[in-house]
Amino acid sequence: MVHQYKNNGYNIVLDVNSGAVHVVDGLCYDVIAELEEAPESQTAEHLKAPETLERLKEKLGGTYDAKDIEEALADVVELAEAGRLFTPDTHECLIEEVKKRKTVVKALCLHIAHDCNLACRYCFAEEGEYHGRRALMSYEVGRKALDFLIANSGSRRNLEVDFFGGEPLMNWQVVKDLVAYGRSQEKLHNKRFRFTVTTNGVLLNDEIQEFVNKEMDNVVLSLDGRKEVNDAMRPFRNGKGSYDLIVPKLQKLARSRNQEKYYIRGTFTRNNLDFAEDILHFADLGFQQMSIEPVVGEETDPYAIREEDIPAIKREYDRLAQIMIDREKKGKGFHFFHFMIDLDGGPCVAKRLSGCGSGTEYLAVTPWGDFYPCHQFVGQEAFLMGNVEEGIFRPEIADEFRSCNVYSKEKCKNCFAKFYCSGGCMANAYNFHGTIHDTYEIGCEMQRKRVECAIMMKAALAEEDSEG
Amino acid sequence: MKHVKTLNTQTLNNTVKKGGCGECQTSCQSACKTSCTVGNQTCEQKK
Repeated sequence: MVHQYKNNGYNIVLDVNSGAVHVVDGLCYDVIAELEEAPESQTAEHLKAPETLERLKEKLGGTYDAKDIEEALADVVELAEAGRLFTPDTHECLIEEVKKRKTVVKALCLHIAHDCNLACRYCFAEEGEYHGRRALMSYEVGRKALDFLIANSGSRRNLEVDFFGGEPLMNWQVVKDLVAYGRSQEKLHNKRFRFTVTTNGVLLNDEIQEFVNKEMDNVVLSLDGRKEVNDAMRPFRNGKGSYDLIVPKLQKLARSRNQEKYYIRGTFTRNNLDFAEDILHFADLGFQQMSIEPVVGEETDPYAIREEDIPAIKREYDRLAQIMIDREKKGKGFHFFHFMIDLDGGPCVAKRLSGCGSGTEYLAVTPWGDFYPCHQFVGQEAFLMGNVEEGIFRPEIADEFRSCNVYSKEKCKNCFAKFYCSGGCMANAYNFHGTIHDTYEIGCEMQRKRVECAIMMKAALAEEDSEG
Repeated sequence: MKHVKTLNTQTLNNTVKKGGCGECQTSCQSACKTSCTVGNQTCEQKK
């Protein structure tokens, strides 16, 4: 399976099953497209057969010189023989292994506070309450959650704990106490905790900053971009915008972390389809690690992304990619989470087949100690898996999540991006289709575009490198 | 090759034998929380 596209002047060929990425000239692009039309001719043997060349000459001879076609086909044969083009899918046979694998829990999303000091209009947590009541996690519940993680993590050494909410800084003493408890257990159990915190920054101060810098592997800082964009969606409960209070605090924290190991993370909605401006605003504020995610909401929400918005969103991703290349070339580059792609050192096939790990390797824990497959399922009783007292009492939920993968979803089978999103967000699928074994098409469209842009940027910057 | 420039040296197949240690970061713990972005995660063994 091959995916071909043209973007920003580059002819790009992605060999889906091997992950090989080629930048080709117009002739080779057309040759590959012709060959893609006839799957039976894609083995090296068929590619080398005289009739293949004859067919290509017949189809493309009006546009290209016969000798050039022959030369391009020789390149194609070389790639195919090296397992970098028209590579057969050898991953599907691994899927039974992936489904049967014994999973261990390695990451928890601790809902340390189901309460928030902001009233963001799109919040899937409903201002922190998650279809339930306001609550703060007690130290005791948090400690039992960490004990559960240690006990259920098998030989896995690196354990991840994200302090999430609501707003976790509203329960800061418990965060500090749980970090101390986690650290006290590391040597005893040969584990290493990677703590992270996701915060809106309202309560950030010097003491918290110092602690965060000492203990947190990553910090996710919520801000939506330009003041008017942020304040329209992220007001305080009294309706006042949060931008002016938060931005200086977030800038200070990012600087104190040497502009590393954090993300400034925003959400865009159909009210700011020019979201590249918000990314650039982040960059102009001095941030270097950033992410802007499309909003997740009900179709009826006025701010929700609609199918008709997709063309504008795709254009905006293209525009952003081009600006980022330009800034990178001028030494003013920054990282945008969704355009980060490591073509050589990315995740292994096993990771790409097993997806995000929700419900199996990753669980969310409510303030009162209930387990859910992930933070987005919290409060939906059908997905209640267990609790810190009794452990997992509905393992069939984990089994269902374990069985969900790119080969179990019909829509993923022929999608070129399947090994980059691993089947997409199961919560999104459930919210739109009532089953995790489906896909959220609007999300898929955006994901495919982001993968295309990310690869194009690699092509553009590789060219820059080779030009020296 | 005259008509092709390949951007990467590794292929997914190469990761089958050594992969699957599970020590890498869970994708939603990094920055997304509302989408699934596995392809940009870093392999722990290559850090």
